[in-house]
Order: sequence, then structure tokens, then C-alpha cells
Amino acid sequence: MASIVGGVTTSHIPAVGNAMTNKLEQTPYWKRFFDGYEPVKQWLHDVDPDIAIVVYNDHGLNFFLDKVPTIALGCADRYANADEGWGLQTLASFDGDAQFSWHLAESLIGQEFDITTCQEMLVDHGFIVPMALMWGHLPEWPVKGIPLAINTVQHPIPSAKRLLALGHALRAAIESYPEDLKVVIFGTGGMSHQLQGERAGQIDVDFDLQCMEAICHDPGWLAGLSTTEIMKRAGTEGVEVIMWLAMRGALNADVNVVHKHYHVPVSNTGAGVLVLENAS
Amino acid sequence: MNWKKHDYDDIPGTYVFDGKTANAAYGLNKLLFSFNHEENRQAFAADPGAYADKFGITAAQKAALLDSDYLQLLRLGANIYFLAKLAVPRGFTMQDTGAAFQGITTEEFQAKLDAKAEDLRAKLDAAGGFWNG
Repeated sequence: MASIVGGVTTSHIPAVGNAMTNKLEQTPYWKRFFDGYEPVKQWLHDVDPDIAIVVYNDHGLNFFLDKVPTIALGCADRYANADEGWGLQTLASFDGDAQFSWHLAESLIGQEFDITTCQEMLVDHGFIVPMALMWGHLPEWPVKGIPLAINTVQHPIPSAKRLLALGHALRAAIESYPEDLKVVIFGTGGMSHQLQGERAGQIDVDFDLQCMEAICHDPGWLAGLSTTEIMKRAGTEGVEVIMWLAMRGALNADVNVVHKHYHVPVSNTGAGVLVLENAS
Repeated sequence: MNWKKHDYDDIPGTYVFDGKTANAAYGLNKLLFSFNHEENRQAFAADPGAYADKFGITAAQKAALLDSDYLQLLRLGANIYFLAKLAVPRGFTMQDTGAAFQGITTEEFQAKLDAKAEDLRAKLDAAGGFWNG
């Protein structure tokens, strides 16, 4: 039976991808940020997952505004990265697991999450940057990846509460798969940042730390906030933090916090990292 | 019929991208989306006006586009993620665009970002349990 080895949250800031491409990890601006991922890499090495389900949002690579699925699941055996117009290096393609994806799709839709299934899906920095942060130091991707794309770009977007519920359903879907697979879930995006408008540069460190505490021990608090309440504190693009709840909902009510790291500013963003395991 | 009002409409200095905006700026965002491809970025660079005319955008949107007026493009419905496909390949960072939105220099904008790190260590210590090297 498939099992969840734990969950990771991380920002997916494009500048992080460029910093890795240009090998800037140990420069003064980046060192503290990247050093904070070393314990995450160690944990991943220890738990040795077979598959990473990456909850992220597409920023206009795979999805244009002609069709905007609220929740889209990759159901392919291969996912390619491509030029997204942001000057990022295009990285190697990822192996998926179509059989597992279609099981997830059947289970999620059976649980009344009416997701969109995708047999072709380009994955952008929202998916790529987390994967590169975790495994970019290795010669090849040691895990399969499954993209779970949430619309946080064009409102109306799903509520925080809905994404916590998606996590609950995702857990049932994973744990009903008969094959022995070790699954890690990444909740990506955030934390507070606003790229647009005269309010660009909005970062709220206190809110970010409150969100990290809530993801660990009180996800219902974050799930209880409206989209507007989150945007007022975290900025319009900071609303991505709701995707962390999809990871959190797939874990036990009680979790062990294996690692907790926060750095600011990273580009225009507050950057948070968590590694959580189910408490036994 | 009027477009519905939302509780996010009055967040200062903020242009939430919703159906009303997406509808008004579909052509503009389609143009910006085309910049995922290098050949389109080059075609735009070679003749911006002719390229813009292919997407059915409004005169005001075209003027803002040709002026590289990022704030005006935002006000006319450009989605920030799509707008980045115009800005970044032309050497503008998100700090440059943030500064442009506020009418300040990039150095001033960066200083405001850096100020967010003040008291960070004390805040992390107060919150407890954070890794710090």
C-alpha cells in the first residue's frame, strides 16, 4: 500500500532558480536561504521517497486564460519544463506515474473533488524550483513527480478551507493505492509577497510566522481565513500559501516538526520551509 | 448588468485579477502569453506596433505597451505573471517593476524589501523552533 512519508512546504520563487543556475548559493545574499534547505535534503535522503506530489500553481506556461482549471492533476508518464519567458534555464523533464495519477484522479473525483485531468502538462517554476531545491544537486531526478496545479492566478480561486479538504481527500487517495510507494507531498508557493501595483513589495513577516505555526499545529486557523483576508496581509501573490494546506490536510492532526526555516527578503518574498512527519 | 463588486476591490494599490479584468484584457494577456516563445519576443522587438495589432488590444493598451508603462498596463488589465514575460526578457527584474509601480528607484525599492529583515532574528527566536544554521 502507498504511504505518505511526510510533507514539505517551500516557496517557489523564480529568482531561486536563477541563483542555482548561476551557482550563487554561497554568496552573502543567498547563503542563509540555501543553507536552510540542507536539513530538508538530508531528510529526503533518509526517507527516500519514490514519488513527490507537488502542489503548485502554473503562472502562464501550461495554462493560458482561455481555460483555467481550478484544480488540475497531471496524469502522464512524463512532464517537460519549457521557456516561460522569465529567463529561467529549462531543466530536464520529469518522469511521472500515470497509473498512480489515474488512481488519484478516480479517488479524488469519487470523493467529489471534480479535478481536471491532464495528459500533457508543461511544468513551470512553481513545480521546477522546489524539485531543484530538493534534488538539483544530484545528477538525475531520484523521484517521480506528479503535478497538482491549483489556480491562484485568476479569481475566483479556491478557498483555503477547500484546499485543506483537498489534502484530506488526497490522503485517502494515496493510502488506497495498492502498490508499495513512498510518497512525499510538497505544498509550494508563498509566503507573503505582492508583485503588482503601488503596493508591490508587501511582505508581512508576522503573518508569515503565524501561518507557519498554523500549518504545523492549527491548520484550521489558516483555513478559516477568506481569500481577501489573506491577500490583505500576505499580498495578492502571497495567497499561494493556501497551497500549503493541501499538503497539511494529507497528514495527521498531530505532526512532528522535523525542520522549520524562514528567510526574508528573497527577491520580493518571505520564504518559509517546513518538513513535517505524522506523529505516531 | 454591472460587474459584481468584491471585498478585495478596495485594497490600496492593488489590482486583483478576476473575471472582470480577464474579460477586459484577454487580448493583452494573450499577447503577453505569446512571449513564452523566443521568436515572438524577437518579432515584438522588431516591430512592436505591428505585433501588438495582431492581438486586438485597445488603443490605450497599445499605447501603454509601446511606452513600457507597466503601471498603466496593470491598470488596463495585464496579469502580473504575464506582464513579467514582457519585463524580464528585457532586463527588468521584479524589483525594477516594483519600483516602476511606485515611481521610485530600484535601489529605494530594494531598501524597502531589505527593511523587512529588521528584527528577523528576534522574531524567529520569539516564535521558537526555527533553524538558524
